[in-house]
Amino acid sequence: MARAVSTRRKTSFTVAAWAVSFLIFFPILWTFLTGFKTEGEAIASPPSFLFFDWNLSAYEAVNQRSDYPKHFFNSVIISFGSTALGLLIAIPAAWAMAFVPAKHTKDILMWMLSTKMLPPVGVLIPIFLIFRDTGLLDTRTGLVIVLTLINLPIIIWMLFTYFREIPGEVLEAARMDGASLRNEILYVLTPMAVPGIASTLLLNVILAWNEAFWTLNLTAADAAPLTAFIAAFSSPEGLFYAKLSAASTMAIAPIVILGWFSQKQLVRGMTFGAVK
Amino acid sequence: MATQHSRNAARLMMSPSVILLLGWMLIPLSMTIFFSFQFYNLLQPGQETFAGLTNYRFFLTDPSFFDAIRNTLVLVGGVLVITVVGGIALALLLSQPIWGQGIVRVLVIAPFFVMPTVSALVWKNMFLNPVNGLFAHLANGLGLQPIDFFGNYPLASIIGIVSWQWLSFSTLIIFTAIQSLDSEQLEAAEMDGASSLNRFIYIILPHLARAITVVILIQTIFLLSIFAEILVTTNGGPGTATTNLTYLVYIQSLLQFDVGGGSAGGVIAIILANIVAIFLMRMIGKNLDI
Repeated sequence: MARAVSTRRKTSFTVAAWAVSFLIFFPILWTFLTGFKTEGEAIASPPSFLFFDWNLSAYEAVNQRSDYPKHFFNSVIISFGSTALGLLIAIPAAWAMAFVPAKHTKDILMWMLSTKMLPPVGVLIPIFLIFRDTGLLDTRTGLVIVLTLINLPIIIWMLFTYFREIPGEVLEAARMDGASLRNEILYVLTPMAVPGIASTLLLNVILAWNEAFWTLNLTAADAAPLTAFIAAFSSPEGLFYAKLSAASTMAIAPIVILGWFSQKQLVRGMTFGAVK
Repeated sequence: MATQHSRNAARLMMSPSVILLLGWMLIPLSMTIFFSFQFYNLLQPGQETFAGLTNYRFFLTDPSFFDAIRNTLVLVGGVLVITVVGGIALALLLSQPIWGQGIVRVLVIAPFFVMPTVSALVWKNMFLNPVNGLFAHLANGLGLQPIDFFGNYPLASIIGIVSWQWLSFSTLIIFTAIQSLDSEQLEAAEMDGASSLNRFIYIILPHLARAITVVILIQTIFLLSIFAEILVTTNGGPGTATTNLTYLVYIQSLLQFDVGGGSAGGVIAIILANIVAIFLMRMIGKNLDI
Protein backbone atom coordinates (compact mmCIF):
# COMPACT_ATOMS: atom_id res chain seq x y z
CA MET A 1 0.00 0.00 0.00
CA ALA A 2 1.34 3.37 -0.96
CA ARG A 3 1.55 5.90 1.77
CA ALA A 4 -0.82 8.80 1.54
CA VAL A 5 1.28 11.88 1.08
CA SER A 6 0.02 15.37 1.55
CA THR A 7 0.32 17.56 -1.52
CA ARG A 8 2.16 20.18 0.46
CA ARG A 9 4.82 17.72 1.55
CA LYS A 10 5.20 16.42 -1.96
CA THR A 11 5.49 19.95 -3.34
CA SER A 12 8.25 20.95 -0.96
CA PHE A 13 10.22 17.78 -1.69
CA THR A 14 9.74 18.34 -5.39
CA VAL A 15 11.04 21.89 -5.19
CA ALA A 16 14.09 20.79 -3.18
CA ALA A 17 14.91 17.87 -5.46
CA TRP A 18 14.55 19.95 -8.62
CA ALA A 19 16.69 22.74 -7.19
CA VAL A 20 19.51 20.40 -6.20
CA SER A 21 19.49 18.45 -9.44
CA PHE A 22 19.40 21.67 -11.45
CA LEU A 23 22.49 22.87 -9.59
CA ILE A 24 24.27 19.58 -10.31
CA PHE A 25 23.35 19.76 -13.96
CA PHE A 26 24.04 23.47 -14.30
CA PRO A 27 27.72 23.28 -15.38
CA ILE A 28 26.72 21.15 -18.36
CA LEU A 29 23.83 23.43 -19.28
CA TRP A 30 26.05 26.49 -18.92
CA THR A 31 28.70 24.96 -21.17
CA PHE A 32 26.07 24.14 -23.77
CA LEU A 33 24.68 27.70 -23.72
CA THR A 34 28.09 29.41 -23.74
CA GLY A 35 29.01 27.57 -26.93
CA PHE A 36 26.44 29.70 -28.78
CA LYS A 37 27.78 33.01 -27.50
CA THR A 38 30.46 35.23 -28.97
CA GLU A 39 33.70 35.43 -27.02
CA GLY A 40 32.69 38.88 -25.78
CA GLU A 41 29.34 37.72 -24.46
CA ALA A 42 30.91 34.64 -22.92
CA ILE A 43 32.86 36.71 -20.38
CA ALA A 44 30.33 39.54 -20.02
CA SER A 45 29.51 40.62 -16.47
CA PRO A 46 26.78 40.11 -15.49
CA PRO A 47 26.50 37.08 -17.75
CA SER A 48 23.30 36.66 -19.70
CA PHE A 49 21.58 33.35 -19.33
CA LEU A 50 19.38 32.94 -22.38
CA PHE A 51 18.92 36.34 -23.96
CA PHE A 52 22.03 36.76 -26.01
CA ASP A 53 22.73 36.77 -29.70
CA TRP A 54 22.74 33.02 -30.46
CA ASN A 55 25.31 32.21 -33.12
CA LEU A 56 27.59 29.44 -34.33
CA SER A 57 30.84 31.38 -34.64
CA ALA A 58 32.54 29.44 -31.84
CA TYR A 59 31.68 26.11 -33.49
CA GLU A 60 33.02 27.37 -36.81
CA ALA A 61 36.24 28.53 -35.16
CA VAL A 62 36.77 25.19 -33.43
CA ASN A 63 36.17 23.26 -36.62
CA GLN A 64 38.58 25.43 -38.52
CA ARG A 65 41.26 25.05 -35.91
CA SER A 66 41.07 21.34 -35.29
CA ASP A 67 39.88 18.20 -36.95
CA TYR A 68 36.85 17.22 -34.88
CA PRO A 69 35.64 14.43 -37.21
CA LYS A 70 39.01 12.69 -36.95
CA HIS A 71 39.04 12.75 -33.14
CA PHE A 72 35.39 11.73 -33.01
CA PHE A 73 36.10 8.81 -35.31
CA ASN A 74 39.07 7.79 -33.16
CA SER A 75 36.91 7.88 -30.02
CA VAL A 76 34.25 5.74 -31.67
CA ILE A 77 36.76 3.16 -32.92
CA ILE A 78 38.61 2.99 -29.62
CA SER A 79 35.60 2.79 -27.32
CA PHE A 80 33.47 0.43 -29.40
CA GLY A 81 36.46 -1.59 -30.59
CA SER A 82 37.81 -2.21 -27.11
CA THR A 83 34.34 -3.01 -25.78
CA ALA A 84 33.59 -5.48 -28.55
CA LEU A 85 36.94 -7.20 -28.17
CA GLY A 86 36.49 -7.26 -24.40
CA LEU A 87 33.03 -8.82 -24.67
CA LEU A 88 34.34 -11.46 -27.04
CA ILE A 89 36.94 -12.53 -24.49
CA ALA A 90 34.81 -12.01 -21.39
CA ILE A 91 31.53 -13.68 -22.36
CA PRO A 92 32.91 -17.25 -22.37
CA ALA A 93 34.77 -16.63 -19.11
CA ALA A 94 31.81 -15.09 -17.28
CA TRP A 95 29.64 -17.84 -18.70
CA ALA A 96 31.86 -20.59 -17.39
CA MET A 97 32.13 -19.00 -13.95
CA ALA A 98 28.38 -18.47 -13.66
CA PHE A 99 27.23 -21.89 -14.86
CA VAL A 100 30.09 -24.20 -13.96
CA PRO A 101 31.23 -22.73 -10.67
CA ALA A 102 34.28 -24.45 -9.24
CA LYS A 103 36.01 -24.24 -5.91
CA HIS A 104 38.23 -21.38 -7.00
CA THR A 105 35.73 -19.35 -9.01
CA LYS A 106 35.39 -16.73 -6.30
CA ASP A 107 39.15 -16.43 -5.92
CA ILE A 108 39.61 -16.03 -9.65
CA LEU A 109 37.00 -13.29 -9.77
CA MET A 110 38.64 -11.49 -6.86
CA TRP A 111 42.02 -11.80 -8.51
CA MET A 112 40.67 -10.41 -11.77
CA LEU A 113 39.22 -7.42 -9.97
CA SER A 114 42.50 -6.93 -8.15
CA THR A 115 44.33 -6.49 -11.47
CA LYS A 116 42.10 -3.47 -11.92
CA MET A 117 43.73 -2.04 -8.81
CA LEU A 118 47.14 -2.13 -10.40
CA PRO A 119 47.77 1.60 -10.77
CA PRO A 120 48.17 2.39 -14.48
CA VAL A 121 51.16 4.57 -13.68
CA GLY A 122 52.99 1.51 -12.35
CA VAL A 123 53.02 -0.03 -15.80
CA LEU A 124 53.07 3.14 -17.89
CA ILE A 125 56.77 2.98 -18.72
CA PRO A 126 56.90 -0.66 -19.92
CA ILE A 127 53.77 -0.21 -22.01
CA PHE A 128 55.13 3.02 -23.42
CA LEU A 129 58.43 1.34 -24.35
CA ILE A 130 56.77 -1.78 -25.76
CA PHE A 131 54.49 0.40 -27.84
CA ARG A 132 57.41 2.54 -29.01
CA ASP A 133 59.35 -0.54 -30.12
CA THR A 134 56.43 -2.25 -31.82
CA GLY A 135 55.15 0.84 -33.56
CA LEU A 136 51.89 0.84 -31.61
CA LEU A 137 52.44 4.30 -30.15
CA ASP A 138 49.80 6.73 -31.36
CA THR A 139 47.77 4.05 -33.13
CA ARG A 140 44.14 3.14 -32.62
CA THR A 141 45.08 -0.55 -32.50
CA GLY A 142 47.36 0.07 -29.55
CA LEU A 143 44.70 1.93 -27.61
CA VAL A 144 42.08 -0.71 -28.36
CA ILE A 145 44.41 -3.35 -26.90
CA VAL A 146 45.18 -1.37 -23.73
CA LEU A 147 41.58 -0.32 -23.07
CA THR A 148 40.38 -3.87 -23.65
CA LEU A 149 42.80 -5.14 -21.03
CA ILE A 150 42.10 -2.48 -18.42
CA ASN A 151 38.33 -2.87 -18.72
CA LEU A 152 38.30 -6.67 -19.01
CA PRO A 153 37.93 -7.30 -15.25
CA ILE A 154 34.94 -4.97 -15.05
CA ILE A 155 33.32 -6.54 -18.11
CA ILE A 156 33.76 -10.05 -16.70
CA TRP A 157 32.47 -9.02 -13.31
CA MET A 158 29.37 -7.33 -14.73
CA LEU A 159 28.55 -10.20 -17.07
CA PHE A 160 29.05 -12.68 -14.25
CA THR A 161 26.51 -10.91 -12.04
CA TYR A 162 23.99 -10.98 -14.89
CA PHE A 163 24.61 -14.55 -16.00
CA ARG A 164 24.42 -15.81 -12.43
CA GLU A 165 20.78 -14.80 -12.30
CA ILE A 166 19.80 -16.87 -15.30
CA PRO A 167 18.15 -19.94 -13.77
CA GLY A 168 20.07 -23.10 -14.59
CA GLU A 169 16.86 -25.15 -14.50
CA VAL A 170 15.69 -23.53 -17.71
CA LEU A 171 18.80 -24.80 -19.43
CA GLU A 172 18.35 -28.27 -18.04
CA ALA A 173 14.73 -28.31 -19.15
CA ALA A 174 15.75 -27.36 -22.67
CA ARG A 175 18.36 -30.10 -22.66
CA MET A 176 15.79 -32.65 -21.44
CA ASP A 177 13.52 -31.63 -24.26
CA GLY A 178 16.31 -32.61 -26.62
CA ALA A 179 17.66 -29.20 -27.59
CA SER A 180 21.12 -29.39 -29.11
CA LEU A 181 23.88 -27.30 -27.58
CA ARG A 182 23.65 -24.93 -30.51
CA ASN A 183 19.91 -24.49 -30.13
CA GLU A 184 20.27 -24.19 -26.39
CA ILE A 185 22.67 -21.31 -26.79
CA LEU A 186 20.82 -19.68 -29.65
CA TYR A 187 17.20 -19.88 -28.49
CA VAL A 188 17.34 -20.26 -24.73
CA LEU A 189 20.44 -18.60 -23.41
CA THR A 190 20.97 -15.71 -25.78
CA PRO A 191 17.56 -14.07 -25.28
CA MET A 192 18.05 -14.19 -21.51
CA ALA A 193 21.62 -12.91 -21.68
CA VAL A 194 21.15 -10.07 -24.15
CA PRO A 195 19.95 -7.41 -21.66
CA GLY A 196 22.96 -8.03 -19.45
CA ILE A 197 25.37 -7.97 -22.36
CA ALA A 198 23.77 -4.78 -23.68
CA SER A 199 24.16 -2.88 -20.44
CA THR A 200 27.72 -4.14 -20.00
CA LEU A 201 28.45 -2.90 -23.50
CA LEU A 202 27.00 0.53 -22.78
CA LEU A 203 28.84 1.08 -19.52
CA ASN A 204 32.13 0.05 -21.06
CA VAL A 205 31.69 2.23 -24.10
CA ILE A 206 31.20 5.13 -21.70
CA LEU A 207 34.21 4.19 -19.57
CA ALA A 208 36.40 3.81 -22.66
CA TRP A 209 35.11 7.03 -24.25
CA ASN A 210 36.05 8.99 -21.13
CA GLU A 211 39.28 7.16 -20.31
CA ALA A 212 41.95 9.81 -20.05
CA PHE A 213 45.17 8.29 -18.70
CA TRP A 214 46.19 5.96 -21.50
CA THR A 215 44.57 7.97 -24.26
CA LEU A 216 46.55 11.06 -23.25
CA ASN A 217 49.86 9.29 -22.69
CA LEU A 218 49.91 6.95 -25.68
CA THR A 219 48.69 9.24 -28.43
CA ALA A 220 50.11 12.28 -30.15
CA ALA A 221 48.24 13.31 -33.26
CA ASP A 222 47.03 10.41 -35.37
CA ALA A 223 45.08 8.31 -32.89
CA ALA A 224 44.13 11.07 -30.44
CA PRO A 225 40.51 10.69 -29.35
CA LEU A 226 38.26 13.43 -28.02
CA THR A 227 39.84 13.42 -24.54
CA ALA A 228 43.07 14.64 -26.14
CA PHE A 229 41.19 17.01 -28.48
CA ILE A 230 39.88 18.79 -25.38
CA ALA A 231 43.15 18.63 -23.45
CA ALA A 232 44.61 20.84 -26.20
CA PHE A 233 42.39 23.61 -24.84
CA SER A 234 44.05 23.57 -21.44
CA SER A 235 45.83 26.88 -21.91
CA PRO A 236 45.74 29.57 -23.00
CA GLU A 237 42.92 28.63 -25.34
CA GLY A 238 40.80 27.65 -22.35
CA LEU A 239 40.32 31.34 -21.71
CA PHE A 240 38.26 31.61 -24.89
CA TYR A 241 35.11 30.39 -23.20
CA ALA A 242 32.86 30.19 -26.23
CA LYS A 243 35.30 28.03 -28.17
CA LEU A 244 36.05 25.88 -25.11
CA SER A 245 32.32 25.41 -24.60
CA ALA A 246 31.65 24.55 -28.23
CA ALA A 247 34.46 22.00 -28.27
CA SER A 248 33.36 20.55 -24.92
CA THR A 249 29.79 20.22 -26.09
CA MET A 250 30.92 18.38 -29.20
CA ALA A 251 33.10 16.06 -27.14
CA ILE A 252 30.52 15.06 -24.54
CA ALA A 253 27.22 15.29 -26.45
CA PRO A 254 27.40 11.85 -28.12
CA ILE A 255 28.04 9.99 -24.88
CA VAL A 256 25.71 12.05 -22.67
CA ILE A 257 22.87 11.39 -25.10
CA LEU A 258 23.73 7.69 -25.32
CA GLY A 259 23.87 7.56 -21.53
CA TRP A 260 20.48 9.24 -21.11
CA PHE A 261 18.78 6.86 -23.48
CA SER A 262 20.23 3.84 -21.75
CA GLN A 263 20.28 4.97 -18.13
CA LYS A 264 17.88 2.28 -16.90
CA GLN A 265 20.08 -0.54 -18.20
CA LEU A 266 23.20 1.26 -17.06
CA VAL A 267 22.22 1.67 -13.45
CA ARG A 268 21.56 -2.01 -12.99
CA GLY A 269 24.98 -2.87 -14.40
CA MET A 270 26.84 -0.25 -12.40
CA THR A 271 25.72 -1.73 -9.11
CA PHE A 272 27.76 -4.84 -9.93
CA GLY A 273 25.10 -7.12 -8.57
CA ALA A 274 25.06 -5.43 -5.18
CA VAL A 275 21.55 -4.10 -5.65
CA LYS A 276 18.87 -6.36 -6.93
CA MET B 1 25.86 -31.34 -11.43
CA ALA B 2 28.93 -30.29 -13.32
CA THR B 3 30.56 -33.17 -15.14
CA GLN B 4 34.26 -33.53 -15.82
CA HIS B 5 33.52 -32.70 -19.42
CA SER B 6 31.78 -29.42 -18.68
CA ARG B 7 34.48 -28.53 -16.20
CA ASN B 8 37.11 -28.88 -18.87
CA ALA B 9 35.01 -26.80 -21.23
CA ALA B 10 34.69 -24.13 -18.54
CA ARG B 11 38.42 -24.06 -18.03
CA LEU B 12 38.90 -23.63 -21.77
CA MET B 13 36.39 -20.79 -21.86
CA MET B 14 38.11 -18.98 -19.03
CA SER B 15 41.64 -19.40 -20.27
CA PRO B 16 41.81 -16.45 -22.72
CA SER B 17 40.76 -14.00 -20.01
CA VAL B 18 43.03 -15.50 -17.41
CA ILE B 19 46.05 -15.64 -19.71
CA LEU B 20 45.55 -12.09 -20.98
CA LEU B 21 45.12 -10.62 -17.51
CA LEU B 22 48.06 -12.62 -16.20
CA GLY B 23 50.20 -11.31 -19.06
CA TRP B 24 48.92 -7.78 -18.58
CA MET B 25 49.87 -8.01 -14.94
CA LEU B 26 53.16 -9.88 -15.06
CA ILE B 27 54.98 -8.61 -18.16
CA PRO B 28 54.84 -4.85 -17.51
CA LEU B 29 55.17 -5.42 -13.79
CA SER B 30 58.39 -7.38 -14.09
CA MET B 31 59.73 -4.79 -16.54
CA THR B 32 58.88 -1.99 -14.10
CA ILE B 33 60.64 -3.82 -11.30
CA PHE B 34 63.65 -4.46 -13.52
CA PHE B 35 63.90 -0.83 -14.66
CA SER B 36 63.61 0.39 -11.10
CA PHE B 37 67.02 -1.12 -10.37
CA GLN B 38 68.66 0.50 -13.41
CA PHE B 39 70.08 3.89 -14.26
CA TYR B 40 68.04 4.36 -17.39
CA ASN B 41 67.34 7.69 -19.05
CA LEU B 42 65.54 7.86 -22.38
CA LEU B 43 67.83 10.72 -23.42
CA GLN B 44 70.92 8.54 -23.00
CA PRO B 45 69.96 5.26 -24.64
CA GLY B 46 72.39 2.37 -24.41
CA GLN B 47 73.92 3.57 -21.16
CA GLU B 48 71.82 1.56 -18.74
CA THR B 49 73.71 0.29 -15.74
CA PHE B 50 72.74 -1.48 -12.58
CA ALA B 51 71.73 1.04 -9.96
CA GLY B 52 70.95 -1.06 -6.94
CA LEU B 53 68.59 0.79 -4.65
CA THR B 54 69.69 4.27 -5.73
CA ASN B 55 66.46 5.02 -7.59
CA TYR B 56 64.42 4.04 -4.56
CA ARG B 57 66.63 6.08 -2.27
CA PHE B 58 66.21 9.16 -4.45
CA PHE B 59 62.50 8.68 -4.79
CA LEU B 60 61.87 7.94 -1.12
CA THR B 61 63.97 10.84 0.16
CA ASP B 62 62.49 13.32 -2.30
CA PRO B 63 60.22 15.66 -0.31
CA SER B 64 57.79 15.75 -3.23
CA PHE B 65 57.25 12.01 -2.70
CA PHE B 66 55.70 12.58 0.72
CA ASP B 67 53.67 15.46 -0.64
CA ALA B 68 52.42 13.15 -3.37
CA ILE B 69 51.43 10.43 -0.90
CA ARG B 70 49.61 12.95 1.25
CA ASN B 71 47.88 14.52 -1.76
CA THR B 72 46.83 11.12 -3.06
CA LEU B 73 45.27 10.16 0.26
CA VAL B 74 43.58 13.55 0.76
CA LEU B 75 42.22 13.43 -2.78
CA VAL B 76 40.82 9.91 -2.51
CA GLY B 77 39.55 10.39 1.05
CA GLY B 78 38.04 13.81 0.40
CA VAL B 79 36.17 12.71 -2.69
CA LEU B 80 34.95 9.51 -0.99
CA VAL B 81 33.57 11.39 2.02
CA ILE B 82 31.85 14.03 -0.11
CA THR B 83 30.36 11.59 -2.59
CA VAL B 84 29.21 8.99 -0.06
CA VAL B 85 27.65 11.48 2.37
CA GLY B 86 26.31 13.65 -0.43
CA GLY B 87 25.12 10.61 -2.34
CA ILE B 88 23.15 9.27 0.63
CA ALA B 89 21.57 12.67 1.26
CA LEU B 90 20.72 13.21 -2.39
CA ALA B 91 19.42 9.67 -2.87
CA LEU B 92 17.15 10.06 0.17
CA LEU B 93 15.79 13.30 -1.26
CA LEU B 94 15.20 11.83 -4.72
CA SER B 95 13.42 8.80 -3.31
CA GLN B 96 10.80 10.95 -1.60
CA PRO B 97 7.52 11.18 -3.46
CA ILE B 98 8.19 13.93 -5.99
CA TRP B 99 6.89 15.02 -9.35
CA GLY B 100 9.10 14.43 -12.34
CA GLN B 101 11.40 11.89 -10.72
CA GLY B 102 12.52 10.64 -14.14
CA ILE B 103 13.69 14.06 -15.27
CA VAL B 104 15.44 14.72 -11.98
CA ARG B 105 17.31 11.45 -12.37
CA VAL B 106 18.40 12.34 -15.89
CA LEU B 107 19.80 15.65 -14.64
CA VAL B 108 21.65 14.08 -11.73
CA ILE B 109 23.28 11.27 -13.73
CA ALA B 110 24.62 13.57 -16.48
CA PRO B 111 27.98 14.56 -14.88
CA PHE B 112 29.02 10.89 -14.83
CA PHE B 113 29.03 10.89 -18.62
CA VAL B 114 31.27 13.95 -18.94
CA MET B 115 34.89 13.13 -19.75
CA PRO B 116 37.41 14.24 -17.10
CA THR B 117 39.30 16.60 -19.38
CA VAL B 118 36.09 18.48 -20.20
CA SER B 119 34.82 18.78 -16.67
CA ALA B 120 38.19 19.90 -15.36
CA LEU B 121 38.62 22.58 -18.03
CA VAL B 122 35.06 23.85 -17.81
CA TRP B 123 35.19 24.10 -14.03
CA LYS B 124 38.62 25.68 -13.97
CA ASN B 125 37.96 28.34 -16.56
CA MET B 126 34.27 29.06 -16.67
CA PHE B 127 33.43 28.69 -12.98
CA LEU B 128 36.51 29.00 -10.78
CA ASN B 129 38.49 31.59 -12.76
CA PRO B 130 38.98 34.56 -10.39
CA VAL B 131 38.36 37.17 -13.11
CA ASN B 132 35.84 35.88 -15.61
CA GLY B 133 34.50 32.78 -13.89
CA LEU B 134 30.86 32.55 -12.93
CA PHE B 135 31.70 32.37 -9.21
CA ALA B 136 33.71 35.57 -9.57
CA HIS B 137 30.72 37.27 -11.23
CA LEU B 138 28.55 36.01 -8.40
CA ALA B 139 30.94 37.29 -5.75
CA ASN B 140 31.16 40.68 -7.48
CA GLY B 141 27.39 40.84 -7.69
CA LEU B 142 27.15 40.27 -3.94
CA GLY B 143 29.88 42.84 -3.31
CA LEU B 144 32.40 40.23 -2.16
CA GLN B 145 36.01 39.68 -3.13
CA PRO B 146 36.22 36.88 -5.75
CA ILE B 147 38.18 33.86 -4.54
CA ASP B 148 41.20 32.66 -6.50
CA PHE B 149 40.30 28.99 -6.13
CA PHE B 150 43.22 27.40 -7.94
CA GLY B 151 45.67 29.94 -6.51
CA ASN B 152 44.68 29.52 -2.87
CA TYR B 153 42.96 26.15 -2.64
CA PRO B 154 44.30 24.08 -5.54
CA LEU B 155 43.81 20.63 -4.05
CA ALA B 156 40.38 21.48 -2.67
CA SER B 157 39.40 22.76 -6.11
CA ILE B 158 40.38 19.47 -7.72
CA ILE B 159 38.57 17.53 -4.99
CA GLY B 160 35.48 19.61 -5.76
CA ILE B 161 35.66 18.94 -9.50
CA VAL B 162 36.21 15.21 -9.08
CA SER B 163 33.45 15.00 -6.48
CA TRP B 164 31.04 16.62 -8.92
CA GLN B 165 31.79 13.86 -11.43
CA TRP B 166 31.43 11.01 -8.97
CA LEU B 167 28.49 12.33 -6.94
CA SER B 168 26.27 11.27 -9.85
CA PHE B 169 27.56 7.75 -9.63
CA SER B 170 27.18 7.35 -5.87
CA THR B 171 23.75 8.99 -5.81
CA LEU B 172 22.47 6.72 -8.52
CA ILE B 173 23.73 3.50 -6.96
CA ILE B 174 22.44 4.41 -3.49
CA PHE B 175 19.15 5.63 -4.95
CA THR B 176 18.65 2.29 -6.70
CA ALA B 177 19.35 0.50 -3.43
CA ILE B 178 16.84 2.64 -1.51
CA GLN B 179 14.17 1.79 -4.04
CA SER B 180 14.56 -1.88 -3.31
CA LEU B 181 13.91 -1.22 0.38
CA ASP B 182 10.80 -2.80 1.77
CA SER B 183 8.52 0.13 2.52
CA GLU B 184 6.30 -1.88 4.84
CA GLN B 185 9.18 -2.36 7.22
CA LEU B 186 9.65 1.39 7.35
CA GLU B 187 5.96 1.98 7.92
CA ALA B 188 5.88 -0.56 10.71
CA ALA B 189 8.82 1.15 12.37
CA GLU B 190 7.12 4.49 11.97
CA MET B 191 3.94 3.20 13.59
CA ASP B 192 5.95 1.79 16.45
CA GLY B 193 7.15 5.31 17.04
CA ALA B 194 10.69 5.12 15.65
CA SER B 195 12.00 8.60 14.89
CA SER B 196 13.15 9.31 11.36
CA LEU B 197 16.75 9.39 12.58
CA ASN B 198 16.38 5.93 14.12
CA ARG B 199 14.67 4.62 11.02
CA PHE B 200 17.62 5.89 9.00
CA ILE B 201 20.27 4.40 11.31
CA TYR B 202 18.65 1.04 11.98
CA ILE B 203 16.78 0.24 8.79
CA ILE B 204 17.94 2.32 5.83
CA LEU B 205 21.68 2.43 6.47
CA PRO B 206 22.17 -1.34 6.98
CA HIS B 207 20.16 -1.91 3.82
CA LEU B 208 22.53 0.40 1.94
CA ALA B 209 25.73 -1.27 3.18
CA ARG B 210 26.26 -3.29 0.00
CA ALA B 211 25.60 -0.38 -2.31
CA ILE B 212 27.97 1.86 -0.33
CA THR B 213 30.59 -0.89 -0.51
CA VAL B 214 30.34 -0.92 -4.29
CA VAL B 215 30.55 2.88 -4.44
CA ILE B 216 33.70 2.92 -2.30
CA LEU B 217 35.32 0.05 -4.18
CA ILE B 218 34.73 1.33 -7.70
CA GLN B 219 35.54 4.93 -6.84
CA THR B 220 38.77 4.05 -5.04
CA ILE B 221 39.97 2.14 -8.09
CA PHE B 222 39.42 5.17 -10.28
CA LEU B 223 40.39 7.86 -7.76
CA LEU B 224 43.80 6.37 -6.94
CA SER B 225 44.86 7.02 -10.51
CA ILE B 226 43.41 10.46 -11.14
CA PHE B 227 45.48 12.07 -13.83
CA ALA B 228 43.66 14.08 -16.48
CA GLU B 229 42.04 16.49 -14.02
CA ILE B 230 45.49 17.42 -12.71
CA LEU B 231 47.14 17.53 -16.12
CA VAL B 232 44.73 20.06 -17.62
CA THR B 233 44.25 22.27 -14.55
CA THR B 234 47.34 22.66 -12.41
CA ASN B 235 50.05 20.40 -13.85
CA GLY B 236 50.61 19.27 -10.29
CA GLY B 237 51.31 22.76 -8.98
CA PRO B 238 51.69 25.25 -7.56
CA GLY B 239 54.87 23.53 -6.35
CA THR B 240 53.71 20.05 -5.48
CA ALA B 241 50.37 21.16 -4.02
CA THR B 242 48.31 19.00 -6.37
CA THR B 243 50.83 16.35 -7.40
CA ASN B 244 49.51 12.89 -6.61
CA LEU B 245 51.55 9.74 -6.94
CA THR B 246 50.33 9.06 -10.46
CA TYR B 247 51.31 12.54 -11.56
CA LEU B 248 54.69 12.40 -9.83
CA VAL B 249 55.64 9.23 -11.69
CA TYR B 250 54.40 10.78 -14.92
CA ILE B 251 56.63 13.83 -14.38
CA GLN B 252 59.62 11.67 -13.51
CA SER B 253 59.37 9.26 -16.39
CA LEU B 254 57.70 10.98 -19.33
CA LEU B 255 58.72 14.58 -18.72
CA GLN B 256 62.19 14.03 -17.27
CA PHE B 257 62.77 10.79 -19.22
CA ASP B 258 64.11 9.13 -16.06
CA VAL B 259 62.81 5.61 -16.60
CA GLY B 260 64.68 4.19 -13.61
CA GLY B 261 63.39 6.76 -11.14
CA GLY B 262 59.89 6.68 -12.57
CA SER B 263 59.82 2.89 -12.34
CA ALA B 264 60.85 3.00 -8.69
CA GLY B 265 57.92 5.37 -8.14
CA GLY B 266 55.68 3.00 -10.06
CA VAL B 267 56.67 0.09 -7.84
CA ILE B 268 55.95 2.17 -4.75
CA ALA B 269 52.56 3.16 -6.20
CA ILE B 270 51.78 -0.51 -6.77
CA ILE B 271 52.73 -1.43 -3.20
CA LEU B 272 50.52 1.34 -1.80
CA ALA B 273 47.63 0.37 -4.04
CA ASN B 274 47.97 -3.20 -2.83
CA ILE B 275 47.72 -2.12 0.79
CA VAL B 276 44.51 -0.26 -0.05
CA ALA B 277 43.33 -3.20 -2.14
CA ILE B 278 43.72 -5.66 0.72
CA PHE B 279 41.46 -3.54 2.92
CA LEU B 280 38.94 -3.17 0.11
CA MET B 281 38.91 -6.85 -0.78
CA ARG B 282 38.27 -7.75 2.85
CA MET B 283 35.38 -5.35 2.84
CA ILE B 284 33.87 -6.75 -0.36
CA GLY B 285 34.36 -10.28 0.77
CA LYS B 286 32.24 -9.43 3.79
CA ASN B 287 29.57 -7.36 2.10
CA LEU B 288 29.22 -8.92 -1.33
CA ASP B 289 28.29 -12.54 -1.59
CA ILE B 290 29.51 -13.72 -4.93
